[in-house]
Amino acid sequence: VQADGTDGNCVTFVLHDEDHTLGNSLRYMVMKNPDVEFCGYCITHPSESKINFRIQTRGTLPAVEPFRKGLNDLMGVCQHVLNTFERSMKEFRAQR
Amino acid sequence: AAMAARALTDSMRDRVVLGEFGVRNVHTTDFPGNYPGYEDAWDQRRFEEAFRVDIIREEEGALEFDMVGIDAAIANAFRRILLAEVPTMAVEKVFVYNNTSIVQDEILAHRLGLIPIRADPRLFEYRNQGDEEGTEIDTLQFQLKIKCSRNPQAAKESSDPNELYFNHKVYSKHMTWVPLGNQTDLFPDADFRPVHDDILIALLRPGQEIDVLMHCVKGIGKDHAKFSPVATASYRLLPDITLLQPIEDEAAETLQKCFSPGVIEIQKIKGKKVARVANARLDTFSREVFRHENLKNLVRLARVRNHYIFSVESTGILPPDVLVSEAIKILMGKCQRFLNELDSVPME
Repeated sequence: VQADGTDGNCVTFVLHDEDHTLGNSLRYMVMKNPDVEFCGYCITHPSESKINFRIQTRGTLPAVEPFRKGLNDLMGVCQHVLNTFERSMKEFRAQR
Repeated sequence: AAMAARALTDSMRDRVVLGEFGVRNVHTTDFPGNYPGYEDAWDQRRFEEAFRVDIIREEEGALEFDMVGIDAAIANAFRRILLAEVPTMAVEKVFVYNNTSIVQDEILAHRLGLIPIRADPRLFEYRNQGDEEGTEIDTLQFQLKIKCSRNPQAAKESSDPNELYFNHKVYSKHMTWVPLGNQTDLFPDADFRPVHDDILIALLRPGQEIDVLMHCVKGIGKDHAKFSPVATASYRLLPDITLLQPIEDEAAETLQKCFSPGVIEIQKIKGKKVARVANARLDTFSREVFRHENLKNLVRLARVRNHYIFSVESTGILPPDVLVSEAIKILMGKCQRFLNELDSVPME
């Protein structure tokens, strides 16, 4: 992870060994944050597996905060999906 | 008018419409600030209330289930991880001691690598980079030693190779597990072998033999497709067919033929045949209805944006529900990795 930007509000993170899998889902979670003015990611070159992930916040919130919140929210989503899926599998098998 | 406008934005937000010449409303637009009057900021509780998973069908090695209330980005992330990042064990290094068969060494090694091995990858570690030998915690060793010989009892004029020769077909059942180090103690009940016994590896004739030793390592599909644990993992969105006007008689018959069987049902109401959408889920959206001038403006073809019908088919190494659970855990692991990095590296 590398950060780069003019002030704390607009930061471009370089995430190594990542691609659309994490990039798109993280972008979705960060965009759902009302404090975020701009969020996007791009893959600089398809031969290198790294993504540029840019977050610009409204106001003076440091950009690391929505990034951290996005990651935590994504973890929460995955945890809930996992629990729901396993519960549904158990119910399906029980009633079969 | 306000109700109609709201219904229109609702349909824009949660349906992907298939028009005659293109698909409209493809991208997710429900982010905070885009629609006044809608609560779009992320709310875990609202997500949990709306989210559900329905298991439709589970067969030997294949699973069909629905995920409702999730966005394309995350559903796609699960699909990508199922294909490329769930680890499995597969043959990586083949030590050829003797290969006098017609099949070249590298072709034989390539074929051996693609054979799915029934070994739970969670019991093993990844091999360290640069480690050529392989330890017992990251390697499974298999041996394939087979020699073809002539059958002295065969009839004089027979031309059937099954009668004439012994061992002329090399199957995956001829691969035997050779325990390394303390693997017999670590896995006393385990039976490591290829998933299918009847995969034909090579053909031999008398005098030819194959004597190879194989090392299986843990890998992911991103590295080489042989490590992919699914035959295929795909999803589609739930179809949504709306009839904008009542369709009767002959038009109803044509309409029924435009869609997959079972989608449109014809009912007799007051003597007239009226078409009704019975089960939109079965449709494969061939868009045949747009070829009929009289029907194409009476039907709206759309897909429900957040209802995903997943279909996961496993190669047999792990059951498909275990694969889906592992994929979700891998996505969580990726997030955790970056959270740890954020906490450990001070941001200037």
